[in-house]
Amino acid sequence: MTAAVLFENVSRHFGAVKAVDAVDLEIAAGEFFAMLGPSGSGKTTCLRLMAGFEQPTGGHIEIFGETAEGVPPYRRSVNTVFQDYALFPHLSILDNVAYGLMVKGIGKEERRKAAEDALAMVKLPGYGQRRPGQLSGGQRQRVALARALVNKPKVLLLDEPLGALDLKLREQMQEELKTLQKSLGITFVFVTHDQGEALSMADRIAVFNDGKIQQLGTPEDIYKRPQTRFVADFVGSSNVLSSATCARLGVPAKAASLRPEAIAIGTSWAEQLSLPGTVTARSFLGATNRVSVDCSGEKIIVASPAAMPVPDIGAEVQLAFSRNDLHLMEEA
Amino acid sequence: MSALVTPATILPNRPSLTGRLSDFLWKHPHVLLAILLGPPVLWLGIIYLGSLFALLLQSFFSIDDFSGLINYEFTFATYMQLLSDANFDIIVRTVTMAAVVTIFSALIAFPIAYYAARYAKGKWKAVFYLGIMLPLWSSYLVKIYAWKLILAKEGILTWAFTKLHLLWLLDGWLSLPIIGGNSLSVSYTGTFLVFVYVWMPFMILPIQAALERVPGNLIEASSDLGGTPQQTFRHVLFPLALPGIVAGSIFTFSLTLGDYIIPQIVGSSRLFIGQAVYAQQGTAGNIPLAAAFTVVPIVIMGLYLWMAKRMGAFDAL
Repeated sequence: MTAAVLFENVSRHFGAVKAVDAVDLEIAAGEFFAMLGPSGSGKTTCLRLMAGFEQPTGGHIEIFGETAEGVPPYRRSVNTVFQDYALFPHLSILDNVAYGLMVKGIGKEERRKAAEDALAMVKLPGYGQRRPGQLSGGQRQRVALARALVNKPKVLLLDEPLGALDLKLREQMQEELKTLQKSLGITFVFVTHDQGEALSMADRIAVFNDGKIQQLGTPEDIYKRPQTRFVADFVGSSNVLSSATCARLGVPAKAASLRPEAIAIGTSWAEQLSLPGTVTARSFLGATNRVSVDCSGEKIIVASPAAMPVPDIGAEVQLAFSRNDLHLMEEA
Repeated sequence: MSALVTPATILPNRPSLTGRLSDFLWKHPHVLLAILLGPPVLWLGIIYLGSLFALLLQSFFSIDDFSGLINYEFTFATYMQLLSDANFDIIVRTVTMAAVVTIFSALIAFPIAYYAARYAKGKWKAVFYLGIMLPLWSSYLVKIYAWKLILAKEGILTWAFTKLHLLWLLDGWLSLPIIGGNSLSVSYTGTFLVFVYVWMPFMILPIQAALERVPGNLIEASSDLGGTPQQTFRHVLFPLALPGIVAGSIFTFSLTLGDYIIPQIVGSSRLFIGQAVYAQQGTAGNIPLAAAFTVVPIVIMGLYLWMAKRMGAFDAL
């Protein structure tokens, strides 16, 4: 099957800055794909390369089997939901949504109908006559989505579309986007710096750092089996144990990652590994308590369920965890 | 204890006059507003609007042809004089020139403003502002006389055309009716060139300011949705820049309507409105007719703004 988006050794350098550096990537048709990374990691530049706003300085890009480099954005069947929505302030909501159809020369009545259907799909029926300035952030986000989807794109690109929304709305939109993607079957490529968002929505995730892909895999893969220290740290802030600590546990490895919620405080039994330590800080996070423990110079974070008793600062504790939760990494 | 004094929870009143004054103004912000706005509003109201009203009043008087004295009786006779062939020609000539100057200024200014707003960064932006503002620092008269020399028959432009073996082109242009003449410096073409040059900064700066406010991602969004560069210009860039273009055109249009120096130095001997006002209130001593002539640009600008508003030029504001 042809890939929806194919990157072969793609680079985008701005002078000495390697925004995207020799990236290979294959996104399957119908996939919900997330590009995750800190700001400046190259994920947005990758998205802009797919949209055609940037041209690669090296490598080859294909969209559904067709060469994309050198093709301007307006000749690609790819649409973007912009980070700050980029709605046209001088046009009504209906004209905003119908814009793509208008420039393609579709008749007035037909595009009005299509735009109204698209607005209904994003749960904003009857908002057509308003101006973007009269809408809330969440509503504008939906309009931007409708404006892109009304063109029936082959690939929909979303550039941190939920970044400006508050937590409640963001969670709701995450679910809606996921449902929408499944029902439309369109390939979604989603850029985010929020690991929770990537984990909950994506079929597969590419973790970016310094213009390169650090790891590519399913959310579970990325979360449970980080291949590099960066991925372990960035995705869910895993503890990365040094080789010395690994040796103390009787596990020979350069480094190992250990998720905070995989660790229990106080109890250990035969088949578990354990580490003694001193509690240095604790904070209440609602569902869990975040406890920092100093184990012979190695700081380990434990996410302890709120129902469990929390040791006082300075208390000597035993940390217990299963060997299976300790993920060995090749990189120190 | 550190050497610093622990600050009081609420600082005591400052007993000085300025201290009490700032407390008072903080409590009564409307008083501050009145102090700040009062003088300029009075100035505008009395000096500016008052004199405008006096002007309007003058235009409804007439002059006694026999004695040359002003007849202080309310009449439309002076306005009827504007419609006489000679006077109406002046109005048509001036309005046409103002319109053509405005259109060409906008055409030339837009790409410059676009470059400055979209691409010029850092040093190049400074160069742009300097380039636009520099002509405004030198005397208006010096610039116009310089242009008279440039456009004269013995001037550098004729010389350049001769050297390029294109003199036939210049002569051909000058042999055209109305816009031609003996040389560029005594033709409407010359007047037009100088007008466009002198008012150009007033067109570039508002357009640049308007384009500066258009977020770059709107251009990208249009392109992303399938808009070709031409469509993006027509449906996004132009409508959003329109308030700036209208603002610039208000400058170029009204400045051309009222100017009496440029057509006097560079141009044919045929009068523009400004020159007519100058002649009527000076040598001819016909203050009512001069006033009536002055009302023409005001009415035209009013109509122009009303039309621009109706066409939605300010919708993007």
